[in-house]
Amino acid sequence: MSTTTTAMLSPGSPKAARPRNRALTRFRRHRLAVFGFSAIIVLVLATIVGPWFIPFDQLHIDLRYRFAPPPAGGHLFGTDQLGRDLLVRLLMAGRISLTIGFAAMLVSTAIGVLVGVTAGYYGKAIGIVLMRFVDAVLCFPSIFLLLVLAAFVHPNVLTLTLIIAATSWMEVARVVESQIRTLRERDFTKAAEMLGASGRYVMFNELLRNAVGPIIVAATLTVARAILMEAYVSFLGYGIQAPTASWENMLNNAQQYLGSAPWLAIFPGLMITLAVTSFNFVGDGLRDALDARFDLA
Amino acid sequence: MANFLISRLVQSLILFVLVSMIGFAVLHLAPGGPLSRFALVPGLSQADIARIGHEMGLDRPLPVQYWEWLSRLLVGDWGQSFRDSQPVLAVIGSRLPATLELMIAAILIAIVTGIAIGIMGAVRRYSIFDMLATVGAMIALSIPTFWFGLVTIYIFAVKLQWLPAGNRATIGGSGALLDYLHHLIAPALVLALVEVAVWSRYMRSSMLDVINQDYIRTARAKGLPERTVLLRHAFRNALLPMITLAGLELPNLLGGALVAETVFTWPGMGRLFLDSLGYRDYPVVMGILMFSAMLVLLGNLLADLLCAVADPRIRLT
Repeated sequence: MSTTTTAMLSPGSPKAARPRNRALTRFRRHRLAVFGFSAIIVLVLATIVGPWFIPFDQLHIDLRYRFAPPPAGGHLFGTDQLGRDLLVRLLMAGRISLTIGFAAMLVSTAIGVLVGVTAGYYGKAIGIVLMRFVDAVLCFPSIFLLLVLAAFVHPNVLTLTLIIAATSWMEVARVVESQIRTLRERDFTKAAEMLGASGRYVMFNELLRNAVGPIIVAATLTVARAILMEAYVSFLGYGIQAPTASWENMLNNAQQYLGSAPWLAIFPGLMITLAVTSFNFVGDGLRDALDARFDLA
Repeated sequence: MANFLISRLVQSLILFVLVSMIGFAVLHLAPGGPLSRFALVPGLSQADIARIGHEMGLDRPLPVQYWEWLSRLLVGDWGQSFRDSQPVLAVIGSRLPATLELMIAAILIAIVTGIAIGIMGAVRRYSIFDMLATVGAMIALSIPTFWFGLVTIYIFAVKLQWLPAGNRATIGGSGALLDYLHHLIAPALVLALVEVAVWSRYMRSSMLDVINQDYIRTARAKGLPERTVLLRHAFRNALLPMITLAGLELPNLLGGALVAETVFTWPGMGRLFLDSLGYRDYPVVMGILMFSAMLVLLGNLLADLLCAVADPRIRLT
């Protein structure tokens, strides 16, 4: 660990608020991160309130307007094979896709933090076994593992969230473990232990609080990853089922109309790419801003 | 070197045991477990199924079952496909060449272009090229592979009609090498996109690390031309971490191949995996899962050994 990180992470000093301000300034200077952050805000707001402003229902079938190319008859983004408005479906689908992304991030971060903190704090046998287990899970290409699990369950928002989380907590665990392992040797940890603090107190109040930066970065990138993972599972036929729209199953259906109605495939793909890119940009900006010196590619 | 070799082999062995345990656990997570296929057979009562389970040894303790499963795995008896009763390993083997062809083509594209972009970016750090490469890599990492594949098909196969939309060769064609290559272009490029991004990012940061080393300053101080310093001194050292990266990227490459094969109806292992999953042909599904994990394990081990051969600093510590 370098001296800058040491300075960044020194806890309990009266200037504790300062680094956070500096981080905010650094984040603001990262133009891509600001773009990503704004895009996420716009996306979230649009998916929440947007559908109220569109005069079409996502399930409203209008066979007179099948495959209307955009922008036709008030359908800004065109219509699909059943004459349903594409824009409203995109927004409704966004609710599902973003919800799964966020929820999977929360669950996988929780698992990752728990495993990482336990492994990093106890070290020795427990730590080695846990981290070897992480290595072993990482040997399986995650799409393969995800598809197998998806085939075992009935796909809905909850089960998809859980299996995506089950296959994407390993990065967080690695990041947390390495952070905790170095923090564990620091004087303030020793001091807390000498004062008689319990293992759980040291783990969560002393160590974890000082590893928050890297965890936030990893969590942000996990959202991006979760949305992509959901995209793959749904595209391959094991995602959210019709008539509920998600960006991914819209894409899956659009495949067969690629020649005649390409907009059906182009818009959902753009939405996924926009969302995932935004989260990646924000994650990158946060990493620079929080000066988290670790590798998470 | 001997010590390094032994400790690395032992590590891989432990990892293999853990990997096999996970594989075994997933196998038993399947609804109905290994008996699931009998549940749908008409005329089989619950008692019949229980009897089959007993004959298959499924009522014995899990550790015993695991041990049997593992020993069969090690001698190459991976069970039989539910679909055509072929041995699982033979089924995988028949599809492997197509997947390897695709993966090797993609990784070659990725290594050459990724390394070139990475070096350019590191040498001209913060130039317009570097900025564009950085943003481009981030976007490439965020594009869903299958969507990029669909767009590629739409532009190059549907609209321009330059490239075939799928398959490994023209059906009923002459089987000429050129025909194979023609079919390979689009899927290989689509699969390579993400890898180019990853390789260029790693190469850039590795090159930047090396450029700031003392021996580069020494080389420059000796008065060597910048070209020689960059290509002979910096480049060769910056390549070392790339060996590890090749091993680390293997699972992503395998996953990407599965998606690319689906989009381009490529007759490889990934498509086999999906088809088998659709048929609930669990022996093949599990076989491919274990096979790819073992491939990754082997790839990482190989990368580590290569690293030690190429870089004496590693094997001495």
